[in-house]
Amino acid sequence: MTKQDITLDVNGRRYAISVEPRKTLADALRDECGLTGTHLGCEHGVCGACTIIVGGETVRSCLMFAVQATGRTIRTIEGLADGNDLHPLQRAFMQNHALQCGYCTPGFLMLAAGVLEQNPDIDDKELIDVLSSNLCRCTGYENILAAVRAAAAEMRAPT
Amino acid sequence: MNDMPKGPIGRPLLRLEDPPLVTGRGRFVADISFPHQLHMRLVRSPHAHARINSISIEAALALPGVFAVWTARDIPEIGPIDFREGKIEKLEPYRQPVLAIDRLRYIGEPVAAIFASDAYIAEDAADLVTMDVEDLPVITRADDPPGAFDDHLSTEAAVVRQGFGDTTKAFQEAHAIVEIDVSIGRHSGVPLETRGAIGRYDAARDVLELHGAGKVPHKNRESLAKLFGRSTAALHLFEPHVGGGFGVRGEIYPEDILVLAAALRFERPVKWIEDRRENLIACNHSRQQRHKIRAAVDADGALLAIENEFWHDQGAYPRTHALRVAETTCGILPGPYHLGAYKALGHYRLTNKTPAATYRAPGRYETNFVRERLLDVIAARLGKSRIDVRRRNLIRADEMPYARPLSVLEDEVSYDSGDYAGLLDKTLALIGWDELQVELAERRAKGECVGAGLALFVEKSGLGPSDGAKVNVDTTGAIEVITGGASVGQGFETVMAQVCAETLGTDYRRIRVVHGRTDRIEYGIGAHASRATVMTANAVHAAALKVRDKALAVAGELLQAGPASLDIVDGQVVQRERPGGPSIALGMIAHHLRPSSPTRRGRDPGLAAEGWFDTEHQTYPYGNQLAVVKIDRDTGGVTVERYVIAYDIGRAINPLLVRGQILGGFVQGLGGALYEEFLYDDRGEPLSVTFADYLIPTLHETPQVDVIISEDAPSTRNPLGIKGAGESGIAAVGAAIASAVDDALGVPGSITSLPITPQRLKRIIQNLDARSVSS
Amino acid sequence: MKPASFIHHRPSTIDEAVQLIARHAPEDGRILAGGQSLVPIMAFRMAKPPHLIDINEIAELDLLEIAGDALRIGARIRHSAFGRDRIPGPTGALLATIMRNIAHHPIRTRGTFCGSLAHADPASEWCAVAAVMDAILVARSIEGEREIPVRDYFEAVMTTALRPDEILVEVRLPLLPTGTRFGFCEFSRRAGDFALAMVLVTMRIEQGRIVDPRFGIGGAEAFPRRLPQVEAILNGAAPDGLTWARAAALAAESLDPLEDAVTSGDYRRDLVRSLSIRAFTQVEA
Repeated sequence: MTKQDITLDVNGRRYAISVEPRKTLADALRDECGLTGTHLGCEHGVCGACTIIVGGETVRSCLMFAVQATGRTIRTIEGLADGNDLHPLQRAFMQNHALQCGYCTPGFLMLAAGVLEQNPDIDDKELIDVLSSNLCRCTGYENILAAVRAAAAEMRAPT
Repeated sequence: MNDMPKGPIGRPLLRLEDPPLVTGRGRFVADISFPHQLHMRLVRSPHAHARINSISIEAALALPGVFAVWTARDIPEIGPIDFREGKIEKLEPYRQPVLAIDRLRYIGEPVAAIFASDAYIAEDAADLVTMDVEDLPVITRADDPPGAFDDHLSTEAAVVRQGFGDTTKAFQEAHAIVEIDVSIGRHSGVPLETRGAIGRYDAARDVLELHGAGKVPHKNRESLAKLFGRSTAALHLFEPHVGGGFGVRGEIYPEDILVLAAALRFERPVKWIEDRRENLIACNHSRQQRHKIRAAVDADGALLAIENEFWHDQGAYPRTHALRVAETTCGILPGPYHLGAYKALGHYRLTNKTPAATYRAPGRYETNFVRERLLDVIAARLGKSRIDVRRRNLIRADEMPYARPLSVLEDEVSYDSGDYAGLLDKTLALIGWDELQVELAERRAKGECVGAGLALFVEKSGLGPSDGAKVNVDTTGAIEVITGGASVGQGFETVMAQVCAETLGTDYRRIRVVHGRTDRIEYGIGAHASRATVMTANAVHAAALKVRDKALAVAGELLQAGPASLDIVDGQVVQRERPGGPSIALGMIAHHLRPSSPTRRGRDPGLAAEGWFDTEHQTYPYGNQLAVVKIDRDTGGVTVERYVIAYDIGRAINPLLVRGQILGGFVQGLGGALYEEFLYDDRGEPLSVTFADYLIPTLHETPQVDVIISEDAPSTRNPLGIKGAGESGIAAVGAAIASAVDDALGVPGSITSLPITPQRLKRIIQNLDARSVSS
Repeated sequence: MKPASFIHHRPSTIDEAVQLIARHAPEDGRILAGGQSLVPIMAFRMAKPPHLIDINEIAELDLLEIAGDALRIGARIRHSAFGRDRIPGPTGALLATIMRNIAHHPIRTRGTFCGSLAHADPASEWCAVAAVMDAILVARSIEGEREIPVRDYFEAVMTTALRPDEILVEVRLPLLPTGTRFGFCEFSRRAGDFALAMVLVTMRIEQGRIVDPRFGIGGAEAFPRRLPQVEAILNGAAPDGLTWARAAALAAESLDPLEDAVTSGDYRRDLVRSLSIRAFTQVEA
């Protein structure tokens, strides 16, 4: 099948790649851009492991095709920290033991990051609703919720 | 818990594993690629039971990008998949071939393998393979009469039996006989990362490599070396990051063998990444059993005897564990209670469904449900409280060690230590059991349908017999701990580093822990059945002690002090009595132990040692779980409002991680109790093939959980006093929630099967209502 | 679970899009909007459309406005658009409430209102809304534009009056009159799952009597619909427990439930009865 030349703008870098239209954005990030931090857990939009931020919105990257993401700003787990300075969510996940195997972690981090950017004052009920978007099989969620609450509080605090 | 300990052991230290995992630098099997690799895709059976007339692969082969297509005919040299723990003659003829030979026995069974330049093309090609078959009768229930596995063999592949004492007599003399018929649904580990395997053959060195291993790399290497006729030195397994194990990941499956065979044949790396649909029909299922169980009790509720007949739904083939789940079911069922006589009879039957094996707390999730159901019904029959009946039967702390003539994992059941009643008291005190009863009664009076239930259990962990580890300090003072353990995300590296750091007197963050690599250490026990911490940590402890002794001996010479007067603090050997006096860094001692160093004085070079830990029996941690539920009588929905898990771990190396294990296990248990089930229709068609059908709990469904980690009963079977933690959270969730639902309904024993889905519960409620109207 | 190959078309106008779908519909070309239903189906290879007409670049479809007495919803409007207080009155409140029941946050940022109607999953909340509110569906093809009243739209499970060569460019929802109250209740196994049944009811209460009641069910039958016989009970009745019980019983009785290997028709019937009562109770509040 014919490949198309496209350019993806990921974490502030431009990736000129050549993909079939059917290549999902998740696969393109992983296989063509070498950004394997975005994980695939179900490839049908339920588990949320592949959650990334496109154009400021959190999306499932398994349900978009790479050709649909040209011209959009894409952010993945690899771009969440500011150089060596971890994002408050990343620190909070470590401090609260919010990960075990770490497979769902990038998806949860990007989900939380995207939502907290849009809604820094999110109330707890809504936060639980949002975090119920993704599946984790190891932690039992309690520590993930604690970590996101802690990071949200830190992000809200005046600096 | 005790006061904060001084050393690293017992402290809730943060994990060494986390930094790469929170920054997207993890390296899971799908993240690994090799130059010129081929992608494998399997064609899976769309038939639950059929005879193969022909398989047509021509169209697939003709697709551009397809390198090869295999059916069973292409790999005659590769035999069926063996049992991990040795030969079981009776089961041999039932073993699963790597690719189906003349019969298809479940939907999802591998039939052909496509090798292509790209995963997308491989899937295109798989769509083009067709087969001509003749349908055969389908068996979907293990409690239906057995059928034909082939022309000679019955689908009742084995019958397992265990027991002791004279049950017949006990039943004759019983004050009451209580019988129930209960079932556990088919569900499984379903890690968030699907399986994956990459085979790679290095012809220059004649080494075959399997990347993507997990759980038991060393044991699997032995099996695979035998299968491929290779020396273990010429076959290596590599464990990358593993996205959850739970018992199902890391067994030898057809796909692991195929990537290795293809890598050898094609001399190109071959990569296979399972997709989720495959994962739900091809990775091990678990749990499905029906028990008809009866108890003989005296007027006081004492258990005189239990007869336990069960039907184990193994699916289409035995897997690497052979009879283990059924055997464990027999041996562990009596749990924390005295029992006068016991007879277990298990029908190990094959059905036309995905093969089953172990899932976190195998044999315990099931039997805790069955036994605790039985106790609830006994209590009701005798008009006693659920707690009193349990207390009446509990094995006492002063009876430890307590042995029974039963076996679990070919190991005689012998509880090492425990105060079961004491831990029950702690739980009841935490929740305020009596006040809770009052509160629930008040809520019921207001029309709410609420209840509480509890379940007690004995876990097992740390099956030996042996594990070893190596500790090496380099000249910079950095420490490498080389283990044959495995990490499935549980925090293995952190725990091993804590144990080593405690023994060596260093910062745990200076320690690098190697695991899951057969090229670094010859033996390894892996990570299964809650044994990594017990076995490997004790081996690390033994090795670190030797390193410590060697370091102190050398330092003693250099500092002209007796080794007994020395200690290691922050990686420096210091003199206890002379704070601020001369000291020497471990790295410097390693420097003195270089092969060319004159100060080595005939010692073996290197500040390094190997240590081993041997044990004769498993350890038996224990716990209890308590649930408070609310039922929506209109919809049949169950909400777990509160949950308590009490667990005695003997000694917690890292309480933060122990708690994490318990919480995570609990939510999996919640899944099996209320949500998760692999359903099939009568034709053997799997109905739970997406994450919209196989329902893993989300945060929304997860209640507040209180965890009590107690250390009242350290294991007497290892120097560190450790028992395992991995399976405690899940073990009794089905049991406790069922008891709580009964309590809410006001009818003990009304829950007879898991999962308690809204539709099933609604039916139960309607039947109860109809009965109360008619009576 | 990689989709089969397709040719990706990315028109920037509706005219261009209808030309493309006219050309490719005969060979199973499909419209790609939010992709939150179609892409999973393609991942399972239950659909292998050789052409996808991607309407995400068509700015004209970015339409969300009140025109006269209707809300116009263009084909590029995502579920999440209804959560931002953009639409005033009871219509806005109803849409915002229901939006929060649709799947999960990252799905709502992509999935579209019109896409849900085109896909016509029986459990789609928006389909139930359309049925209850008497939506007009606007379909475009090279032959021009036609308006399909919702009562003529749904035909069977995931089957509608939309022709393969048509694009659902817009849905018009008649605005609910001021003072309209609503109740919505659905039951799913987990938060965000496809509902096994749902009930949506709207009405006004004037002088202690129910006025202009609309009652619809979704998720329980092949497609959502209003139940006029239930509305007849409600109309003019007092908004009290007795009325609710009668209406709920009739709703359950009138059901022609979906039945599958997992969920029985009887259970869905029970659910409709209970959910009706709950939806009514919300109205009362």
